[in-house]
Amino acid sequence: MGKTKASGFMPRFKLKHYIHYIVIALFLIVMMILSSNGMLPRATITLLSRIAYSIILAVSLNLVVGFLGELSLGHAGFMCVGAYIGCYFANFLHTVIGSPLVVLILSMLVGGLVAAVFGFVIGLPALRLKGDYLAIVTLAFGEIVRNVIKNLPFFGGAMGLNTTKYKPASLFIVAFVVVLLVLALIQNLIRSKHGRAITAIRDNEIAAKAMGINVTFYKLFVFVVSAFFAGIAGVIYGHLNTPIIYTVFSYNYSIEILVMVVLGGMGSISGSIIAATLITYVNFVLQNKLSGDLAALKLLIYALILIVAVLFNNAPALRPLREKLNFRRLAEKFSKKVRHPENIRDDDAAWNRIDTKIKMDEILSVELQPNGAFEPDRKKKKKEEK
Amino acid sequence: MSDIVLKTEHLGISFGGLKAVQDVNLEIRKKQLYGLVGPNGAGKTTIFNLLTGVYQPTTGTFYLDGEELTGKTQEVINHKGIARTFQNIRLFNNMSVIRNVLVGLHNQPEFKCNPFVSMLRLPKHFKTEKRMRDRAKEILRIVGLEEERNNLSCNLPYGKQRKLEIARALATNPKLLLLDEPAAGMNPNETAELMETIRYIRDHFDMTILLIEHDMKFVSGLCDEITVLNFGTVLTQGDTKTALNDPEVIKAYIGG
Repeated sequence: MGKTKASGFMPRFKLKHYIHYIVIALFLIVMMILSSNGMLPRATITLLSRIAYSIILAVSLNLVVGFLGELSLGHAGFMCVGAYIGCYFANFLHTVIGSPLVVLILSMLVGGLVAAVFGFVIGLPALRLKGDYLAIVTLAFGEIVRNVIKNLPFFGGAMGLNTTKYKPASLFIVAFVVVLLVLALIQNLIRSKHGRAITAIRDNEIAAKAMGINVTFYKLFVFVVSAFFAGIAGVIYGHLNTPIIYTVFSYNYSIEILVMVVLGGMGSISGSIIAATLITYVNFVLQNKLSGDLAALKLLIYALILIVAVLFNNAPALRPLREKLNFRRLAEKFSKKVRHPENIRDDDAAWNRIDTKIKMDEILSVELQPNGAFEPDRKKKKKEEK
Repeated sequence: MSDIVLKTEHLGISFGGLKAVQDVNLEIRKKQLYGLVGPNGAGKTTIFNLLTGVYQPTTGTFYLDGEELTGKTQEVINHKGIARTFQNIRLFNNMSVIRNVLVGLHNQPEFKCNPFVSMLRLPKHFKTEKRMRDRAKEILRIVGLEEERNNLSCNLPYGKQRKLEIARALATNPKLLLLDEPAAGMNPNETAELMETIRYIRDHFDMTILLIEHDMKFVSGLCDEITVLNFGTVLTQGDTKTALNDPEVIKAYIGG
């Protein structure tokens, strides 16, 4: 990571900005210890790599969907390009370079770069199209890529491309290190002037243009960066599974990545990480536990879990329950730090705290300050009252 | 070179058969506070949209400091030095106040910083961010929003949101500032305060300001010269007092 190095110009160090690096790094260390002692079953080791590339996919898609605000349904297409090109290149490299780690890293770069070129190509219509229309173009892109690759003989056609599997017990370590790097890069991008420009375009494109922000450049840039990371995820996928078969990268998979982003919360990196981990885990468990006749239930249960998760996150009726389970509020309760209404993001938060009873035949007048009833100086008054 | 900052020649646009703005000739001198008034639908905001590149004029040209900007895109026009505020406030609502201003500072040549430099957190990134933050605070201090810099912009009262829009436009370091109904929705106190702020901005930045306003007290108190529009054409132009007392203008406003 190396991102926590104190530099003279660095703003205050905030733990919450780095909490997910720490959690992932600790998780990785624990898993490394477990696996070196042979305490992890093979299936779990595979699962870890799957979680790693899912996190990369979800976080990179979040850059487009959550931060730039464009709907993309072709993320599996970029992954597909990365997987095929990267692994094809790796097969070639294995004859030249002995160290599999170097081959893996080089093929990740190549797969990522080629995917980035495709990201540029798909970013071009993004300049003209919006919303649903762009979504359809990206969807078509994903399918085109998949079908073109299916028909290329040197990629193995319908039989798939044979790859050299990387040793699973060390692949997950490399994969998680890549996850940390990707997270650092994406987060650094978002927490910079460029991230501000990107979110400005999402919030109000007209105003962003009027502020002289180069909308063309940033839209293309985000698509390219996001495709680059998806390509890297594809290469990791290719080193985990052999042969790579084109059917995996169908639009179903693109939508699964989108589900991770939506479930985790648009524009929330840690949300994407958690959702990607959970969805991959649920998929894995269902795949392993349900065999034979029960296998048909897999999709049903998966869908039910998704519905429940989305409802829990968004249904207005479940709001009290959510508030009760809100970690942030719980933490505040313990630290006895009271939040002021103006610091709460929900629009109606301030109103929730006003209790009035109106009796029959009564005229109640509510006096409010003309502009925004919660001025900063009222904070002090409230404190004094207490 | 003359001290004319903005010059338009026969500027006009038609949407299909509708001539929204026709034959507008403006000449705005440096440090001038220029007003654009007229009844609803007279084409005032359309002129702003023409000058900022939202619409491309169908006839005529306009020059900023002698440089022709007709047909340029919004981004380029902003780089050349025309910044605007919007009639219906268009802030970045999910951002804090200071971030809104930082977005305005984004394109200043002195704050250039490659995206890859930011992604790798090279020292230049921190230096640039620090300097941008300092500048943003300074601009917020001028418009009197320094205290609120960490609040979400959508939580600001209306008058302050208008001020923030001005601050954001100022951040792009323009030569000409276009204010679209800056006093709309403000109470008399806020309006008076805003007039002071606008004067201060003019003096402090040597700014040239073109503004649209319906509040005639505001216009006559602030502007040296005005142009009155009606149905997309210029009714009168010139000194504020004389123009506002023109019988044609009174007729256009009151009807008859």
